[in-house]
Amino acid sequence: MIRFDHVFKRYPNGREALSDLSLELAAGEIAFLTGHSGAGKSSLLKLIALIERPTRGQLIVNGQNVAGVSRAKVPAFRRQIGIVFQDHKLLPDRTIFDNVALPLIIAGVGTKEIGKRVRAALDQVGLLGREQSQPLELSTGEQQRVGIARAVVSKPALLIADEPTGNLDPDLSVEVMNIFRRFNEVGVTVLIASHDVLLLERFPVRRILLEAGRIVEAGSGATAAEPALKLLDPSKLVGLEG
Amino acid sequence: MTAWITRHLQTLIGALGRLSQHKLATFLTTLVIGIALALPACLHLLIANAQTATGNWNRAVDMSVYFKMPTSVDEATRVAERLRQRRDVEQVDLVTADDALKEFRRESGFGAAIDALTGNPLPHALVVRPKGEYATATHLEELAGDIRGLPSVELVQLDTAWVNRLQAILEAVRRGIVLTAAFLALGVMAIVGNTIRLDIQNRRAEIEVTKLVGGSNAFVRRPFLYSGVWYGIGGALIAWLLTAVVVGVLRDPVSRIAGLYGSGFQIQGLALKPTLILLAAGIVLGWLGSYIAASRHLRQIEPT
Repeated sequence: MIRFDHVFKRYPNGREALSDLSLELAAGEIAFLTGHSGAGKSSLLKLIALIERPTRGQLIVNGQNVAGVSRAKVPAFRRQIGIVFQDHKLLPDRTIFDNVALPLIIAGVGTKEIGKRVRAALDQVGLLGREQSQPLELSTGEQQRVGIARAVVSKPALLIADEPTGNLDPDLSVEVMNIFRRFNEVGVTVLIASHDVLLLERFPVRRILLEAGRIVEAGSGATAAEPALKLLDPSKLVGLEG
Repeated sequence: MTAWITRHLQTLIGALGRLSQHKLATFLTTLVIGIALALPACLHLLIANAQTATGNWNRAVDMSVYFKMPTSVDEATRVAERLRQRRDVEQVDLVTADDALKEFRRESGFGAAIDALTGNPLPHALVVRPKGEYATATHLEELAGDIRGLPSVELVQLDTAWVNRLQAILEAVRRGIVLTAAFLALGVMAIVGNTIRLDIQNRRAEIEVTKLVGGSNAFVRRPFLYSGVWYGIGGALIAWLLTAVVVGVLRDPVSRIAGLYGSGFQIQGLALKPTLILLAAGIVLGWLGSYIAASRHLRQIEPT
């Protein structure tokens, strides 16, 4: 799904955020991207979302070499990726429904279909019934879940999240992680940048540890993901719905 | 296709809704656009009405044709008959020497002096009224020239000088209007463009998010284009109202002036076609202004 091949990223100010980074994330995998602030987690995610481009090396996302994606094709490229932000980036002057519907409106989906899929996405994050609320009427945890609903509403094959639990207390973090897990279970490839130690301990999935722009530990998906499935607490998921 | 139309309609209505959230700012911008559009519209009214008015007066400028002194009434009648056949002549009245003398005696007050004359010193005359559509200076000169060429005609009196002057003035004003309209059109585009630029800056975060979730430049631009169109429509409506006010205020005084000149002229407001042109101009200028501003500024906003 994602393959970095000797990728370098140097910013115009000379700072080298990623150096000689090679990494592969298979389709259907879920992985944590960890490391200290400034280790290059955000840069790595930005390369995947084509917010930045590699200085050197090759990056393939969902079968496409990003070097071949022209400026005009970037929007279409981004539509196949769901992105969750630390500050959730909701539009404060629009309803929850309109926020979640935005990717579908952009993609030109019909009104009826939008209604169905927005409600389905809100249902998956446990916020069905809050469609007409404004983002600021919701708690931080709820806002983050709206952000996740927006990221998955167009059913992307790849979901990336930048510190999705950064502003949340531990309980809410677990809730949010469970939501990611469930998407992974239905086949979505998930990459989560996080330095939340508690969370990492609780969800022993594959870990990719970055340090100063290099991969220190790439982990291995298969073995880590297996026991993690059993850790999933069904009662917690039910609790989310209410 | 239906989804596409629905989307555009929603964006169109959404843009109107957003504008109505800032009523005062929107009204002031629209007012400025309206005034800018009203100026050329009023100048157009001036020209259109001046043309109608001169059209009326042209009909009043009849030509006087005087025959050579020894010309029989029969010959004068024949000439009158021939002139009536012309397609550029509406009416020909024959004033015989006797009629002219009677009228002169009645109106001049020189009755006694005229009685002292042995014969009638006045020639037969024709009053030729050209048709309205031929009442331009060049046509009048042509007609007068033809009549002058007739062997029995002594003199044709025609005062085209003022018609020429007036038409020259109107032509100059018309060009002035085109220039003014062009400048003001640029002004309208600048106003709309600047308003849209500020709007884009205020909604920077929203634009970034939209681009992050895969919105293309065209998608992000669309609501701004519709805002520009609404500004244009609003401006055109205000411009129309302003011209209506101008016409309403001037109607009575102008009628009075026209009455003093013996004309039934009435000032007219914008007809349907110029009204539609005004509306179309508003829409096109609003769209163009916002298109230029949005294309320039949206490209600079990229998520980081």
